Amino acid sequence: MTRRPPEPVQVVKQRRDAALTALADRVPYIAFLGIRFDRRGDELTALLPFRDELIGNPFLPAIHGGVTAAFLEVTAIISLSYVWLWEDVESGALKLEDLEAGTLPRLPKTIDFTVDYLRSGLPRDAYARARVTRSGRRYASVQAEAWQDNRDRPMAQATAHFLMPRPDG
Amino acid sequence: MTADKARIARQFIDAIPHARALDMKITEIGDGFARIEMPYAPHLVGDPQTGVIHGGAVSALMDTCGGAAVMSHPASPAATATIDLRIEYMRGATPGQTIVAEATCHHITRAVAFVRAVAMDDDRDRPVATATGAFTVEQTS
Repeated sequence: MTRRPPEPVQVVKQRRDAALTALADRVPYIAFLGIRFDRRGDELTALLPFRDELIGNPFLPAIHGGVTAAFLEVTAIISLSYVWLWEDVESGALKLEDLEAGTLPRLPKTIDFTVDYLRSGLPRDAYARARVTRSGRRYASVQAEAWQDNRDRPMAQATAHFLMPRPDG
Repeated sequence: MTADKARIARQFIDAIPHARALDMKITEIGDGFARIEMPYAPHLVGDPQTGVIHGGAVSALMDTCGGAAVMSHPASPAATATIDLRIEYMRGATPGQTIVAEATCHHITRAVAFVRAVAMDDDRDRPVATATGAFTVEQTS
């Protein structure tokens, strides 16, 4: 039995990073909010650097609840898409050239999104991670959580449902 | 009193940096009702292939509008914060069109205000999204 030798780590990483870039870096609203993603294997952590423009209550001051909701929604949709593309990225079915050109399958659509505000958002950087709790052919369920200085004291959590794109595009 | 409350709520919303960043404008407010408009802008796009506005921007609009409705309610002290917000997306907003959100604070207790909201583009008969939320009622001492 012959085994295909493992790809060099740089090649694998290049393709994984290109997939993330193709997903996140081309969305104007993600750039507008200044959200970035940190990748470790298949785990993504979203980062929202604090700026005055994100303030919703100038007297406290606190991050706008809408910003927190948007941050969680962006984290959920990018994380879901990344998990969804992962196998094709790993197998090389999605080619590096296509990823770098930004040619991607259609993205999932949000059906509904519920956010719980647990603590007011401080004027600090925020972080978020999402977990795909169910990914079916048509629907997916995702949970997301955002925190600031202390991982055990989340500022908000969200539950969302998505409609997956049809395979025929 | 109510007109005064509406004025305070309007001033408060106008002073929110993120509401300004999204170019939100209050077109009606008072007695637990608020209407806020958010013009289409290229930096709000969530899907570059279609030009449809990101759901997150619609969430930000709904949240602001819900808070404004609570603040304008006759039984509410001036300040509020969102406890939770659920948004249902019926369809993508048509690119290029202003999004209008209307929120109603339909019930209020000493501690909690309940809100329903709807977001529309130019086709007012087919909402883009609906939302329900609970907001705090901040008691001023």
